[in-house]
Formats: sequence, structure tokens, C-alpha cells
Amino acid sequence: MRQGKYPFVIGFLFLPVTLYSIFVIAPYAQAFQLAFTNWRGIGAPEFIGFENFQRLFNDTAFWKAVQHHGIILLALPLITIVIALFFAFMLNVGGGSKGGQRVGVRGSAFYRVVFFFPQVLAVAIIAVLFQMVYRPDESGLINGVLTKIGLDPIYFMINPSLALWSIIGVLVWQGVGFYVVLFSAGMASIPTEIYEAAEIDGATRVTLFFRVTLPLLWDTLQVAWVYLGIAAFDCFAIVAVLSIDSGGPDGATTVLAMEIYRNAFTYGRAGYASAMGVALFFLTITFAALTLRVSKRESIEY
Amino acid sequence: MSATPDHTSDRVDPSATNGPDLPAALGSSRRTVLRRAAAAGLLATPAAGLLSACATGGDDEGTTEQETGEKSATNPLGVKEDAALEVIIFNGGYGEKYATDVHEKLYQTAFPKAQIKHQATQAVSTVLQPRFTAGDPPEFVNNSGEKFLDFGALVNDNQLQDLTELWDAPSVDDPNKKVRDTVIPGVVEQGMFTTKDGGRKPFVLYYVSTVYGIWYSGKLFKDNGWTVPTTWADFTALCDKIKAKGITPYGYAGANAAYYQWNVILTQAAKLGGPDVLKAIDNLEPNAWKADAVLQSAKAWAEIGAKYGDKSFEGLRHTDVQLRQNQYKLAFYPSGDWLENEQKKDTPAGFEYQLMAVPSLTAGDKLPAGAIRAAGGEGYFVSAKSKNPRGGMEYMRQMLSKAGTRGFTETVGAATVVPAGSEGYAFPPGVASSQAALKAAGANVFNMMFDNWYKELDTEARTATNELMFGRASAEQWADRIQKRADAIKSDSSVAKFTR
Repeated sequence: MRQGKYPFVIGFLFLPVTLYSIFVIAPYAQAFQLAFTNWRGIGAPEFIGFENFQRLFNDTAFWKAVQHHGIILLALPLITIVIALFFAFMLNVGGGSKGGQRVGVRGSAFYRVVFFFPQVLAVAIIAVLFQMVYRPDESGLINGVLTKIGLDPIYFMINPSLALWSIIGVLVWQGVGFYVVLFSAGMASIPTEIYEAAEIDGATRVTLFFRVTLPLLWDTLQVAWVYLGIAAFDCFAIVAVLSIDSGGPDGATTVLAMEIYRNAFTYGRAGYASAMGVALFFLTITFAALTLRVSKRESIEY
Repeated sequence: MSATPDHTSDRVDPSATNGPDLPAALGSSRRTVLRRAAAAGLLATPAAGLLSACATGGDDEGTTEQETGEKSATNPLGVKEDAALEVIIFNGGYGEKYATDVHEKLYQTAFPKAQIKHQATQAVSTVLQPRFTAGDPPEFVNNSGEKFLDFGALVNDNQLQDLTELWDAPSVDDPNKKVRDTVIPGVVEQGMFTTKDGGRKPFVLYYVSTVYGIWYSGKLFKDNGWTVPTTWADFTALCDKIKAKGITPYGYAGANAAYYQWNVILTQAAKLGGPDVLKAIDNLEPNAWKADAVLQSAKAWAEIGAKYGDKSFEGLRHTDVQLRQNQYKLAFYPSGDWLENEQKKDTPAGFEYQLMAVPSLTAGDKLPAGAIRAAGGEGYFVSAKSKNPRGGMEYMRQMLSKAGTRGFTETVGAATVVPAGSEGYAFPPGVASSQAALKAAGANVFNMMFDNWYKELDTEARTATNELMFGRASAEQWADRIQKRADAIKSDSSVAKFTR
């Protein structure tokens, strides 16, 4: 076996690495190259050095988008993970002990399916769905009820201070189901004896959660954080379909992908859009590296 | 965008495959995998310069050989009669039938030996960008829709055929009349662009006649005994009456159609201060947006928005708001005369779309109350670097013939820029009223181009107009921010400038 190792490994890797190089790495590299040109989508690109990046530095729309990513980056993982953890705990452990086996609350099998529903829907469909939910007039799902009972309608996507949070709400709603499943899988692998021992020592559900589940789930949490963080750098589809005036009102919900799209396809500034893409690339990489570094902690072996 | 599958294999980046020790990663934790993936991504970047630029390749590899034929009375543009012709049609509001059933047939009759290749698409740039990059563009293109190719970029890259010869050629129906004299005034001018070397040439044919104004239901007005206001006082008085009836007097869709409203504000400004106000805006002149007429108009319309609008419209799409008008819940709606056709399905019987010109703001307006904005819509061009550009121009000449324009009007129900083509044709009430308004306006017809020339200025104007009309900005703030953007564009050397 020993001497055949490398041909074997290379044989397996050849195809995926080739595909990855062609469809991921090469376009990335080309975006880097275009970022230094003033290409407008037609004709030969002209090299202009760092001019695009200088422009980026003074572009208020760009900084607005970065700021929004900052907010989403803090809010989205935090809210999603807290809700998903709570649900996962209730579905798997929260029901107490039955015949030496930890079980979830009653009907947990049903809830599990329901929570996962949004994950099955395409992002664009979710955005269209929430167009109806957030609609500002009396045919909106929420505002229809509000106006019926004589309250003022809430302008989810119109009110500049509410719009971004409405978008985050959709992202959380969509994401929770997946993380419930992810955390459930993590919790299932925690040995029952540990819970039993803790319960015999008189631990309550809250103590169980914070002293047993959470520490033993640390690796999974970390992965969730990285996934959600990377998701926070995207958000394009939801913003493009759901927000008014493409990232409005007055840029209140814009994200980098939206600005890239606008520059590339509305303004025809492919070179500048690539520069934004490069900036987004480094933001994402920095985030991933930082998260992995910060959350580095001895995982508990059991 | 990098859709060039032919030589992808030599673009494989060697550093990416050799860089990280991938086999070892198989047995490691998620963390190391992620970290290594990041490292691979970073390693790949220095190789960027080595890669052949696929999406951007194919610079000027010389002009392709172009077909020419003998010029004659029936063939004034000198088309080679058996040269193939490729036609790209944007399959949008007007469909593709007018091309296949009318224009292509006309061309085929004139040149029976020519082979016509027809293609319809909803994403013009997606289909054509690789063709231009490869130096093999189609002859004739209907450059329209959400994904149209940037005209400025095409002009800058010398991709567009100079249409001077077409405009000066004798028309199909009357050899003593040049093609340019068969179209309504301003159409040739509208398709003119400034080239890199400073010349101004006609490159684009705008074919469909579009009239802009404020639309209302003839039935709603008749039933209530309301008359069409021509002065500002009449307009606001009527709005009060409409409001008292529980109908929203005026509104546009903020979610995606704010430009319908800046169009109204600028139309108003042109009537107040004369069409030169718009010329200054198009030419990016300093303080053009802060001109008195523009400010006054913005102020007046901000008041209409605050008093007679509906806050929720900011979050609605144009079709939602248009539907409300069809349900008699909204009285006035600003749009172009594509509206009637667009709403065909939802319009109740007897609704009767009618266009009114934007009412005069003051008694001292430079233009009369009947003055309107009208222009050619749907841009068509001929590719200069295609094999048969003369065929493309001849196709346009056939399009502009009486038979061609009449056929278009009968197929899609819209008027073209050739008035002779729609003479005596029974339009539906909305287009009939806009055509009547166009006739009544006489010489008092104007247009603006800045949104076609500078997309960024259009975007800024849309955003600012929502801020203005829904009460978050004053007229001064509105003018300030758009002017700022106009100034930025003016000083930006990477943007091709146009003047008129």
C-alpha cells in the first residue's frame, strides 16, 4: 500500500483540482488582473495601476456597504446561533431523560422538519416571499393585519433605520434551520453518560446547557460562526430582490455584492467592480483567518 | 463573463495545485482545511499576471473583410446582394415578431439571395459581449432591455457603424426624400455620440416614438366631472377634490421606478425655464441642477408628494402602483406611452388611458402648457466591425420605410419615429391621446439624454428623488447631491463624455 500512495492520491485529486483551478482560481486571478484596469466590458482593458483602489477609498457607497457588512457580521451569527442553539437544545436534550436516553420536547420531530423548511427554498423565493410579508400597503402580510386592527403600518423596507434589520431578519429566518440540524448532530455525539452524571450531581437544564452542551459543542459552533460570517459577506440575492431602489432607501441596505453588480452591469465599470471584488475577497479571508485564530482553543476530547 | 471555453485548459494555474500540501489536509480538522484553502487562494494571486486574459482578449486583430456591392437606385447603400445578415432582437415588451414577420421579410424581398440569421434574446449583453470580444459581432443589434450594452463603451471602442450614409440615403418610398427627412425631428440628433477624437456622429437609431406625461383614466374623470388641469392652481385644486373622494391623487413607484418622477420634475423645469435647462444638465454644466427653474420645480413636486402622495408607494414596484390606478385607487400616474400596452391585462373595460401634459407651474413659463417630452425609444445599431455593415444599414432603411413602420405599428400597437407609418392607424385610446398630444405640442417638444449617457447620474437622481418626494430631503438638498455627482462624473476621466 505504501509505495502506491502518491499515484493513488494524485489520481483522486486530479479532476477536482483541475475543475477548481479552472472555475474558481482562474476567474479569481482574472478579477485581480482586471482590478488594475479600466475595462468597461468591451474592448481591450487598459492598465491603470492602483487608480481603482484610490477611487474605492473615496467611494461613500463602498464604505456604506462595508459598514453594513460589519453590522451583519456581528448580528447575523450572534442571533442565528443563539436561536439555533436554543432550538437544538430543546429538540434534543430539553425534554429530560427517558430510559437513560436524553430526548427533546414533545413534537420535536415535527419542529425539526418545520425549522428546516426555509433551507429548502431558493433564496430568490424567500426574498419574493418576504416582499409580500413586508409589503407596506394593506395587502402586506404584516401591515394588512396592522391596518385592519387600526394600527399604523410599519415601513420595513422604507424606513432607513429599519431596512437593514428587516434584511437581517430574513437572513436569520432562513439560516436558523440549517444550524439547528448542525447543532443537533453535534449534540447527538455528546455521550449521554456526561449528562447523566451532571444530572445526578443536581444540574438544572440551564447548567446542563452552559456547562456540558456548550463546551462540548465548541468546534461545531466555530464552524457555524465561520459559515455565517462568510454568509454575512454575501447577502446579494436577498438585498437585490427585497430592498427598494436596489440597496435603498438611499443606500441603507446596500452590500458589497450589490455595489459590484451595480458597477459592473449598470455603470459598465468592470475594472472598478473587480477592484471591489478584490476588496471583498480580502475582507472575507481576513475574517476567516481572524475567527480561526481568535476561537483557537483546546477542544475537549472525550 | 469569462465565457471562452476554447482555451481554458492552458489557464490551469500550476502554483495552486502544487502550493499547499493537499493530501495531508485530508486527515486534518476543519480548521486546517479552511486555513489551507485560504492559503491556496492567496498563493494563486501572484500568478494572476501570467494568465491569458480570456474575457478581455481579442483586441484589434485588424478589421474583418467587409462585403460591398454595386450602388444603384434600389440599392443606394451598396449592399452585396448575397451577403449574410445577422439580426439580434431584444425579446422584451415589443417581442420579436415585428422583426421576423415584417422587417426581415422586407429585407429578404429586396435581397432574395441574402441569408438572414435571426436571434432573439432577453439578455443582449450576455449574448453579445463574447462576440464583440472575439471580433465577430452580428451586423444588426436591438440594444435594449435591462442588460443592454453600454453605448458609451461601444462608441469608445469604435464598434458602432457611422449611420450618416443611411440618414443621407434616399428613402425607400420616395427617392427624392432622404431617410433623415422621413423621421420626426430630433431623432437623428438623439442617436449622435461624441467619439474619442471629438467628432459627433450618428451611431444609434431610436425607432419607437415615446411620449411622456401624466396618465389618468378617462372614465374616472368623466364619471366625476373632472376636467384636465393645465395650470398649477387647477392641478392642486383637483388633487384636493380627488383626495376628498378617498382616492390617492398622485403617486409613482419608489421601489424601482423613481426615474418616472425625476422625469416629471425635469419636464416641469424645462417648461418653466426652457429646454436649455435640460441641455445644461445633459452637458454636465456647473450648477445645472441648481438652476432656478429646476429648484422651483423640485419644490413644487415635493409638496405634491407630501400632500397628495401615499407613503407606502415608496416600497412598491411600478406594476403594483399601476394596478392601483387600474383599480381607480390612484388618479394621476407619470409614465411614458408604453404604459397602456404594459397594463393591457389589468386594465378594466372602459378605463380609457389618457395622457395629460405636466401642468404649467407659473403664468410666465417659457413653454406653453401643451409642451411635452417626446423621444425615440428602443436603440438599434449596426456593428462597424461586422462582416456586412452595409446590409445592416440597409436593414434600417427598410425598417424606416412606410411598410416597415406600418408593420411594426400593427404588430405591437406603438407608433414609430416615422409619422407616415402610423397615418390613419386606429391606436388604442392611450396611444391615440399621446399621439394627439405630440401633434398639438408642435415644435414644443424636448428631450433629455443624461440617463442614457451617465447611468451613475441616473442612479443618483433616482435615489435623491425618493428622498425628496417622500419627505426626507429638501429641494436644495436634492439638487445639491445630484449636482455633486454630476461634477464628479465630469471630472472623471474614465467616463466617456457626450454633449448635445
